[in-house]
Amino acid sequence: MPAPDDDPVALPPARRRELLAALSAVLPADALLAEDSELRPYECDGLAVFRERPAAVALPRSEAEVGAVLAVCRRLGVPVVARGAGTGLSGGAMPHAGGVVLGLARLNRILELDPRAGLARVEPGVRNLAISEAAAAHGLYYAPDPSSQIACTIGGNVAENAGGVHCLKYGLTLHNVLGVRGFTVDGEPVAFGGAALDAPGLDLLSLVIGSEGLLAVVTEVTVKLLPRPALARVVMASFDDVGRAGEAVAAILAAGIIPAGLEMMDRRATEAVEPFVRAGYDLGAAAILLAESDGTAEEVEAEVAALERLLRESGATALAVSGSEAERLRFWSGRKNAFPAAGRISPDYYCMDGTIPRRHLGRVLEAIAGLEQRYGLRCMNVFHAGDGNLHPLILFDANVPGEWPRAERFGAAIVELCVELGGTITGEHGVGVEKINSMCVQFGDGERTAFFAVKRAFDPPGLLNPGKLIPTLRRCAEYGRLHVHAGAVPFPDLPRY
Amino acid sequence: MAATPDLAAIRDRLADAAARGVPVRIRGGGSKDFLGARLEGEPLDTRDYAGVVDYEPSELVVTARAGTPLATLEALLAASGQCLPCEPPHFGGAPTVGGAVAAGLAGPARAALGGMRDYVLGAKLLTARGELLAFGGRVMKNVAGFDVARLLCGSFGILGLIAEVSLKVLPRPAAAATLAFELGEAAALESFLGWARRPLPVTASAWVDGRAYLRLAGAPAAVAAAGRTLGGSRLGDAEAAVLWAALRDHAHPWLAPRTPLWRLSVPAASAALGLPGTTLIEWGGALRWVRSDAPAATIREAARRAGGSAARWHGAGLAPAHEPLPAPLAAIHRRLKDAFDPDRRFNPGRLVAEL
Ligand SMILES: Cc1cc2nc3c(=O)[nH]c(=O)nc-3n(C[C@H](O)[C@H](O)[C@H](O)COP(=O)(O)OP(=O)(O)OC[C@H]3O[C@@H](n4cnc5c(N)ncnc54)[C@H](O)[C@@H]3O)c2cc1C
Repeated sequence: MPAPDDDPVALPPARRRELLAALSAVLPADALLAEDSELRPYECDGLAVFRERPAAVALPRSEAEVGAVLAVCRRLGVPVVARGAGTGLSGGAMPHAGGVVLGLARLNRILELDPRAGLARVEPGVRNLAISEAAAAHGLYYAPDPSSQIACTIGGNVAENAGGVHCLKYGLTLHNVLGVRGFTVDGEPVAFGGAALDAPGLDLLSLVIGSEGLLAVVTEVTVKLLPRPALARVVMASFDDVGRAGEAVAAILAAGIIPAGLEMMDRRATEAVEPFVRAGYDLGAAAILLAESDGTAEEVEAEVAALERLLRESGATALAVSGSEAERLRFWSGRKNAFPAAGRISPDYYCMDGTIPRRHLGRVLEAIAGLEQRYGLRCMNVFHAGDGNLHPLILFDANVPGEWPRAERFGAAIVELCVELGGTITGEHGVGVEKINSMCVQFGDGERTAFFAVKRAFDPPGLLNPGKLIPTLRRCAEYGRLHVHAGAVPFPDLPRY
Repeated sequence: MAATPDLAAIRDRLADAAARGVPVRIRGGGSKDFLGARLEGEPLDTRDYAGVVDYEPSELVVTARAGTPLATLEALLAASGQCLPCEPPHFGGAPTVGGAVAAGLAGPARAALGGMRDYVLGAKLLTARGELLAFGGRVMKNVAGFDVARLLCGSFGILGLIAEVSLKVLPRPAAAATLAFELGEAAALESFLGWARRPLPVTASAWVDGRAYLRLAGAPAAVAAAGRTLGGSRLGDAEAAVLWAALRDHAHPWLAPRTPLWRLSVPAASAALGLPGTTLIEWGGALRWVRSDAPAATIREAARRAGGSAARWHGAGLAPAHEPLPAPLAAIHRRLKDAFDPDRRFNPGRLVAEL
């Protein structure tokens, strides 16, 4: 794991006692965890290789309790790490050794669902899918659909600007959240945005979304609800070459079609999921594409016909179109279960999350194949192909000495290659603690300094999720010494550590 | 071939202004000179720093320098069957891409397709110290670091000079149709909400002078089917194009630059605001233009009660353009300004009176 910046240490016993006493004065007994056995489940998020034991876990049930916890932590100068469902994949919710985990999962009420206005006002611990379930009775839904949507919370989605397979057409969290309410580090209530489309001043809502719990603690989210499309169908296409599948994606977009979803899986990925979910994937294909069309019956008919034509012209070796809703969901089930499937074929997997300009897809895949050799680990690839967001899943076994460090270096090499090709180290999973070194590759000192300034503008004492997202100068200097910079030599032959 | 434009001249102007201790007013085409709390400082023209840096239609991304004329960019996109879906206004002038992003304004499609900030993917910022910082990027999904590129959208230049932007673009709809309905204000508002709840290809709506207009756009089959179910009377294509452009650019006589004109951003579902004077509605009810002699406090209070805010659009000297920010937000604004522009070099008072 990346070495911490200021080596966070556990609180001295006296300070911890003081903290626990202050917190128990503002929280009911069952809302404060301090025993080792109680703290253990909160040691990590979805990226379990990064772990830390916090001083305490607070599980408030109301906005008022959240404000009170923050006020205590502010007064005592104790760091606070907000946490939703803990499904994050970059260690964003990993505790601070000397800090409090502020779990928001119990704030899980839908405060208002207004079908007339097409809005819902929800607490941060409401699960993503629960919003669409509640809206379904009105023919509405909440569009962003991360694969983790059964479990992840809307507060966590806001903090990570989460996406999903339908964000190509319907946007990310950012495009579907109108406003948030929450607290500053001082425990002062604030609102960013609201049910109106514009608010006076700078667009701070855009900064808060995706800020990984470093700027504010979110206690209420106003989301847009959209009418469910009348119909959706998926076209599944097989390709005998991954590069050609990539060209098919470009051909579809250049033809003026924005499919509701446009996803790719390579053979390793289809082979992993097929025995598990029986989605009906063509295991003879080097890659498959899933392209969804939604809208009115007339619209879908015309778009599916155009998709079939474009896919065939781009060299698809086989095509299948979902003939029923059940079949459509079956086609998607494999894609949505790709991560768990990786966990079935390998003791551990490490999910990467870079984005590239789509035209470089072929090059990246070739490079990943080369890196598999270099690091002696296998990788399966699933992509949000429509928006160039790659999820290479590196397979490893944490019990084999040396495999995790190799997987970690393999992952860093992939995301740093994404930067080199004009992309980014993270499309939707966030930087957290995981990619903090790679931030030094994507950004220079000027940007880093600006990020710290933004952090200070919201959180002057620096107590909200410190040590995440923004690397210090010292860290970048150290990483730079180990690292061959982008552009110089893409794949130096020497091991870097 | 002309030399690639660089920022040397702008940097020199900035250094010179700093040496003399005077503020600058960043200016592109000047189409939005009439907007803002205050208009102060020596003009700093961005138009020589122009040109499209990168455009590959199948990537759905375009990158352009600040001084690029918006019209040039739009023509380039149109040649590949693409567009900026949020329809940034021209206001009858020759706006630049940088100015459009700095103003962060969107046209009739705002409620359905999103605003400028929804299409900003990356930006390069020239700071007061002459540093060029790059935020976001040229790809569609990117959550590395804070989203400063989107913060710059609508910042009216108070944090620095937006030197280059990358924008998401989309295909132009294959078909469009505009329907008109004779409706009173309350009935129009209710209809807008009803239409938004159904899966219809609505991309714009407006209520003006007793008529509600609805623009459908998208796949020909969807537009035709929606047109059949909705009824109303269909406008000719040319007439419809003129109407939406006139609303976007305030060439519509109703929006003529006479005082006093107020812009109220409120939740779309708000009932008629009942203010004295007349109202024009856009964005399915989320934008209300009010021409009224009522005191500023009355208008602001109506917006606040509805859950939104009011800004004075025309009529300098009547009232501040915006109401003051709540204390915690004002503090964050002040600290952001201190961080990005500590000497208060850029666009003093343009967005927030005291900054
Ligand atoms: C199997 C699997 C599939 C996934 N698929 C996707 C996908 O398709 N798309 C995608 O984008 N992500 C995906 N993810 C990642 C993850 O689910 C998302 O990042 C999600 O948004 C995290 O939500 P959470 O409630 O679990 O947040 P947590 O993991 O608890 O926290 C994530 C971050 O948010 C902060 N935070 C949480 N709540 C708040 C709050 N109320 N206020 C302030 N900060 C807060 C935390 O401090 C932390 O930095 C997947 C994860 C898994 C395990």
